[in-house]
Amino acid sequence: MIAELGHYALVLALAIALIQSTVPLYGARRADAVLMGVAEPTALAQFGFVAFSFGALVACYVTSDFSVATVFENSHSAMPLIYKFTSVWGNHEGSMLLWVLILSVFGAMVAAFGSNIPATLKATVLAVQSWVAAAFYLFILATSNPFLRLPQAPFEGRDLNPILQDFGLAVHPPMLYLGYVGFSISFAFAIAALIEGRIDAAWARWVRPWTLIAWIFLTLGIAMGSYWAYYTLGWGGWWGWDPVENASFMPWLAGTALLHSALVMEKREALKVWTLLLAILTFSLSLIGTFLVRSGVLTSVHAFASDPMRGIFILAILVLFIGGALTIFAWRAPVLKQGGLFAPISREGALVLNNLLLTVTCGTVLFGTLWPIVTEAFGYKISVGPPYFNWTFGPLFAILLAVVPFGPLLPWKRGDLRGVTQRLTAAFVLALAGILVVCVMEGRPVLAAFGVGIAAFVIVGALTDIVERTGLWRATFPIALRRAAGLPRSAWGTTFAHIGLGITLLGIVGETQWGSEQIVSLRPGDKVSLRHYDFTFEGTAARAGPNYRELATRFAVRRNGELIGEMVPLKKSFQARGMTTTEAALMTRGVSQIYVSLGDVSQDGAIAVRLYHKPLVLLIWLGAVVMAIGGAFSLSDRRLRVGAPKPAKARAALQPAE
Amino acid sequence: MRVARLLRGLALSALLSGSAPALAVTPDEILPDPQLEARARALSHELRCMVCQNQSIDDSDAPLAHDLRVLVRERLKAGDSDSQVLDFLVARYGEFVLLRPRFEWYTAPLWLAPIGLLLIGGITVLVAVRSRRGIAAKAEPPAPLSKSEQARLAELTKPGRG
Repeated sequence: MIAELGHYALVLALAIALIQSTVPLYGARRADAVLMGVAEPTALAQFGFVAFSFGALVACYVTSDFSVATVFENSHSAMPLIYKFTSVWGNHEGSMLLWVLILSVFGAMVAAFGSNIPATLKATVLAVQSWVAAAFYLFILATSNPFLRLPQAPFEGRDLNPILQDFGLAVHPPMLYLGYVGFSISFAFAIAALIEGRIDAAWARWVRPWTLIAWIFLTLGIAMGSYWAYYTLGWGGWWGWDPVENASFMPWLAGTALLHSALVMEKREALKVWTLLLAILTFSLSLIGTFLVRSGVLTSVHAFASDPMRGIFILAILVLFIGGALTIFAWRAPVLKQGGLFAPISREGALVLNNLLLTVTCGTVLFGTLWPIVTEAFGYKISVGPPYFNWTFGPLFAILLAVVPFGPLLPWKRGDLRGVTQRLTAAFVLALAGILVVCVMEGRPVLAAFGVGIAAFVIVGALTDIVERTGLWRATFPIALRRAAGLPRSAWGTTFAHIGLGITLLGIVGETQWGSEQIVSLRPGDKVSLRHYDFTFEGTAARAGPNYRELATRFAVRRNGELIGEMVPLKKSFQARGMTTTEAALMTRGVSQIYVSLGDVSQDGAIAVRLYHKPLVLLIWLGAVVMAIGGAFSLSDRRLRVGAPKPAKARAALQPAE
Repeated sequence: MRVARLLRGLALSALLSGSAPALAVTPDEILPDPQLEARARALSHELRCMVCQNQSIDDSDAPLAHDLRVLVRERLKAGDSDSQVLDFLVARYGEFVLLRPRFEWYTAPLWLAPIGLLLIGGITVLVAVRSRRGIAAKAEPPAPLSKSEQARLAELTKPGRG
């Protein structure tokens, strides 16, 4: 019964979405306040019904109702409650339901909190957002119904894929989707602006918080996924340039560009048309990502062709929305008035360069991801893997990072490069010092020294602005502190986000250039050394978990003969799927980690062990967290809370007929 | 055994193979000569495990990846150079085995994409800036202030006004 109610609620959500996607739009064209007013209650109701539907699915999973097909496929009665809950979105159908749930959450949030947005714009935005929602409800109902019943209810489920039975599944997909789907709001705003034929600084200010929220979650979501894969897969890596990863990284690159170009638009009314295009492209990349992941096209063009229903449906959505949006763009963009002028050397100029480089890196990733699919369709099978991306993306991003510190220090409209370079002297000096220190201390890879130099430049460069604005070296400390508190939050946001970039780069350099590794076969009592650490394999123990059995191996870790801890890497075997997973043991030392994971056990009792020393590795994810903190600072900026002053005319149109 | 596997688990768990993420390179494969072994590892990162989804033979624990790793080491022991090993594998398994495709006519767009995009983008920006400047230069200079406006300005900027 619950499953049927959930299914029915989803059908109702579709019906409401269809109303929301048409009536307010017509109302906005007719300036009819009553028709426009339909948008808000429908957005809230849509959220209500989707939330009910999602809740119904959760209930099916938590109560292990195996008469529902997806529950049978992906759950098991012996699983801990948290995994029963998270396995709701650990599969195609459920994750699509999560996708639309988050879409409706954003719609409802615009309806509830977007009180400073003019009525016509708000009605149009909600209508456009509802087009996307309607398309995906239809997709779920037609091809991926999560509530499908089995004719005969089995006694036991097939269990969730063991590698997904981890806390990471509770956090990673919802965060990633909050990011992906959040960009639908920027998209809806862009289309609404094109339909209205009017766009100004106030528009940029209304869109900014939504773009920021999406960006913050996407940043955290990607970082979380990377760390999850790192600790759970026993592979020791954290990024593999796989199409599925690229699918989340491309919207991040485009979204980062969007945040920066929207800034130019807000402050200087320039780059309007480009910002609109970028808003459309960012969400288009989210849709492309969804298509790549959901359609099976990644496995092979042929796998896609053999079961094409879902893939073709998403492809149709993709073509409809991207094609439609770009058509509206081509048709309406010339109507928009161009804004302020600026000299090439200015903050606007720097942000244009930022956008150019981010777009090109994003395009490179897109090419690398899609090109094998293109050539395969013509009979040439090629592989595009990490070596390609490191060769192409790496240099481009290094250039981008090297120019990051210049942007915030340049004034708007017209700047002078010499002045900025002088102000960055400290950063240059420290970067050079970093390079020298690395060369002297480590000697080998030149790349590492270069990376550390850029990272130091980015971090010190980001701090330069704050130091100058608070007058840290000139004024007394309490005054500087007071000035620091008085600085706009967005200035702190920029600083933190850029520092985060530098921190992540440091982590990447440390992990890739200075990491060391040992692969050995050990018997209880054996010893092995890695870097400054000595490991003793103490023995193994078999244990039983709720739905698995595990083999625990104990390692005593010593440094200079002193015991510093014990590491227990595991091997788990799950009976329901006959699968084995390994769980690496991690020991954190500062921001570095020691990582031990297990391989096969041979007949004579020896076990293959892989040990890594990963210097600075935690900085990779810590940097992402610092970036997200920067985003949060920016989000709390006063100007976003207060909202833009409304033009008098728009206000008159706002008044409901009384 | 990589991020992909996880995400794929999410994405296509039905398609996911049942193999366990165990160790890829096993202790018995490792060559006694550390220099040769380092070359083998570097080469392994460039080679695809053809039965896996986007995994290098260094990352994969599939039997085929094991065979390829052993093969690479055998060729190195026989005195092959790095490029000879790659040539040998391409002759055997086709271009598909290379994770960094060679420059061919059908991979040209892939390799030219970054530079091409940078050029196209850069030229677009330049053209846009120039045309905007042209428009700005052609635009009529603002009309000089009229008598009454000047008087108003003088009134407004007169010292002593609040």
